[in-house]
Amino acid sequence: MDDTGSRQYPEKPARVYLFGTCLIDMFCPEAGMDAVRLLEREGIEVHFPADQTCCGQPAHSSGFPEQTRAVALAQLRLFPEPWPVIVPSGSCAGMMRHHYPKIFADDPRLLGEARALADRIFELSEFLLNVARIRLADQGAPVRVALHTSCAARREMGTHVHARALLGQLPAVEVAMHGHESECCGFGGTFSLKHPSISSAMASDKVDALKETGAQTFLSADCGCMLNLNHTLQKRGDGWQGQHLATFLWQRTGGEGGRQ
Amino acid sequence: MNAQPLNFVPASEFKARAAAAVSDPHLRKSFRGAMDFLIGKRAAQFPDADLLERQRGLAEHIRKYSLARLPELLEQLERKLTENGVQVHWAENPEQANRIIIEIARRHSTRLMVKGKSMVSEEIELNHAMADAGMEALESDMGEYIVQLDGEKPSHIIMPAIHKTKQQIARLFAEKVPGAGYTESVDELIGIGRAVLREKFMTAEVGLSGVNFAVAETGTLCLVENEGNGRMCTTVPEVHIAITGIEKVVEKLEHVPPLFGLLTRSATGQATTTYFNLISGPRKPGEKDGPREMHLVLVDNGRTQAYSDEQLRSTLQCIRCGACMNHCPVYTRIGGHAYGTTYPGPIGEIISPHMLGLAATHVLPTASSLCGACGEVCPVRIPIPDLLIRLRGEAQHDARPGHAPMLGQGAAKSGLADAIWAGWAAMYTRPALYRAFGWLATRFRALTPPMQSGWTVSRTPLKPAKRTLHEEMAARRRG
Repeated sequence: MDDTGSRQYPEKPARVYLFGTCLIDMFCPEAGMDAVRLLEREGIEVHFPADQTCCGQPAHSSGFPEQTRAVALAQLRLFPEPWPVIVPSGSCAGMMRHHYPKIFADDPRLLGEARALADRIFELSEFLLNVARIRLADQGAPVRVALHTSCAARREMGTHVHARALLGQLPAVEVAMHGHESECCGFGGTFSLKHPSISSAMASDKVDALKETGAQTFLSADCGCMLNLNHTLQKRGDGWQGQHLATFLWQRTGGEGGRQ
Repeated sequence: MNAQPLNFVPASEFKARAAAAVSDPHLRKSFRGAMDFLIGKRAAQFPDADLLERQRGLAEHIRKYSLARLPELLEQLERKLTENGVQVHWAENPEQANRIIIEIARRHSTRLMVKGKSMVSEEIELNHAMADAGMEALESDMGEYIVQLDGEKPSHIIMPAIHKTKQQIARLFAEKVPGAGYTESVDELIGIGRAVLREKFMTAEVGLSGVNFAVAETGTLCLVENEGNGRMCTTVPEVHIAITGIEKVVEKLEHVPPLFGLLTRSATGQATTTYFNLISGPRKPGEKDGPREMHLVLVDNGRTQAYSDEQLRSTLQCIRCGACMNHCPVYTRIGGHAYGTTYPGPIGEIISPHMLGLAATHVLPTASSLCGACGEVCPVRIPIPDLLIRLRGEAQHDARPGHAPMLGQGAAKSGLADAIWAGWAAMYTRPALYRAFGWLATRFRALTPPMQSGWTVSRTPLKPAKRTLHEEMAARRRG
C-alpha cells in the first residue's frame, strides 16, 4: 500500500497544517511541539486547527464503521486551504491517506473531499525529507540509537525509509539494526487490550530486540508504539526509554540554532 | 448450523489457549525458529521486489478473473472431467462430502484409504467419519502421518508437524510404530515412516488427494507435492478420490504456472516442488497404470457465503501457501493449535467465520494487531487486514441494509461496546467537549486509574501529560 516511492512531491510550502493526533495530544504533546519547532525552523508557518480530535482509527480497527465515519467526517473539512497536512504519526497518516477514501467511497462528494485531503497528507519524516528538503546539522555527541517504525508507518507510509534517511544526515548518530526489525511491537490499538497475553509477548520481544543492539535509546515515529514499549520497560523497572523521532531530531540539532 | 467439528475450540477458549502458548518457552522457540527459517527461504526466492509485485499483480488478476466467472467455470470443469471419465460430486457441507466419500469407499469394500495431503479433508473431518464408518484413513504426507499417529491435528497448513521437535517424533515412532527403535536421525525417522507407508500404498483400495488448481478448459487437476506420496495415492490404488473447495478452479492451463511459481516460492521457498502432478482422468484402455475409477468432490462449506459479498470474495483468492501464517507475529507466538480451527493464522481468521459461523469464531478476527505483514506477503494480494476489520464489524452489528446476514451475524454484539463507541464518537465529533475532556484529564492526571484493563498486564498505566497539545498550541497563538 506504501506509495511513497512513486509519490510526486510539491515544492516546499510557506504554510502547513498540523494534525497532532489524539495520542500525542493527550500523552506526548512534547513530540507534537517538537514537530512544530522543526517545521518552523525551516521557515514554514504551522497552522493547528483547534477543532481537530482523532483520525478515527480506533473505531475503524475495532469494527465500528458508523462511528469511524462520523469522527473522520469531523476532521475532513478542517483543512480548507490547499496546504500540506503534516501528521507526526505513520499510522494516523496512513488512516487519512489510504483509508479515508475507502470510508467515504459510497458518497461521491465526500469521496472527492477525502481524496483531495489524502493527496495532502504527509507523515512528518516524509515531509521533512522530501518536501521541506531539510538539512540537519548534528550538534550532539556520538550516539547509537535503534529505530522502531510502526507497522502502518512502514507499510502504508514508508516511514522506515524516510526516518532512516533523516537520521543518516546526522554524522554522529549511528542507527543500529535490531532483530526482526519489521515485526510489530504488539500495540495494535485495542488489540493490546483485547489480547493482553499475545500483545505483551510481542512487546516484550520487541523491547529485548531493541535493547540487544546496545543502543542508548530507541526512536519511534509513532506515539502508540512508543507508549507501548516505554510502559513495558517501566513495568520491568527498566529506565531505558524511547523517544519520538521529532523530539530526537529537534534536540540533536540544537533547537533554534540547528538549521544548516 | 453444522455440527461442531471435533477439532474445534470455542471462542472463549482461544484466549486461554493463546495465554498458555505464549508462556510455553519450547513452543515459542520452535515456532519462532521455524517461521524465521521459512521467512528466509521465501525472501531468498524473491530478490527483485519490482518483479515480485508484477507477479503478485498477475496472480491476483488470475484469481479475481477465475472467481468472477466461477459458476460457469465450475460447470465447464464438471463437463470436461465427465468427458475425461471422472465422476464429479458436489457437497454443500462436511456431512455431504463425507457421505459421498464413504459411499464410494463402501462400494469398493474399502478397508484402507491412503491420503495425500488435503486441508479440505481436514476441514470435513474425513478421518473421523471414515473411522466411524469402520474404515481406516491413513495420512501419507510425512507431517500429516506424524500428527495422525499422535492423535493431533495439523498446526500449519503446509507443515502440519512444525510444532514437534525431532526428539518428540523419535519418541512417538519408537512407541507407536511396530518394530521401530528409538532414533533421532531425521533420515532414519523418515525411513521408518516410508517403510510403513510403502506397504500401505500397495494394499489400499482407495487413494485420496487434494487439488491445488482445477483447470476448467481441460478438466485437469493439478497437485503440488514434495514427497511423491501424492503421486502414489493418485496412481496406485484402484480408486482415486480428489477433494477440493469450489474456489480452486481456473479457466486455462496457462493460468496455472504464474500461480504455481508463487505458491511454491511463498510456501516453502522452493522455485518448484519435487512433484507436480497433472491429473486428467482414470486409466484409459491400453494404459498400464493409474486408477480404474476417479472422482472429484467439490466442497462448498461456507465458500458461497464469502463469494456472495464483493469484498469478502477476495478471501477465496487464497492458494493456501501459508506465507501469511509464517509472517504473522501472532501465529509465531501461539502456534496453530491455539486457533482451534482447520486453518490457523491470518487466512484462518478470515475464512473460518464462513465455515463455522461468527458465533463460534468471532474472536479470531480480533486476534491480530493489524500489522499488515500477512497482506504484504500474500502472493494473490488478499487484503487480509481489511477483511479482519470487516469481520470484526459483522460480528458486532446486524447485517448492513441490502446485505444478507452472515452465519452468526452480530454474535459478538455487546451493549457495553456499543455504548463505549457511541460515547467515543459523541466526544470526538464535538471539539469543545473533546478539549474540555483533555483539560480535565490533564488536570486530574494524578487520578489516572492504576489498572487499565489488558494494558497494565505487562505495562505501567498510561498517564495524561501535564497539558494537551491543544492547550500548548492555543497558548502559543495567544503569544
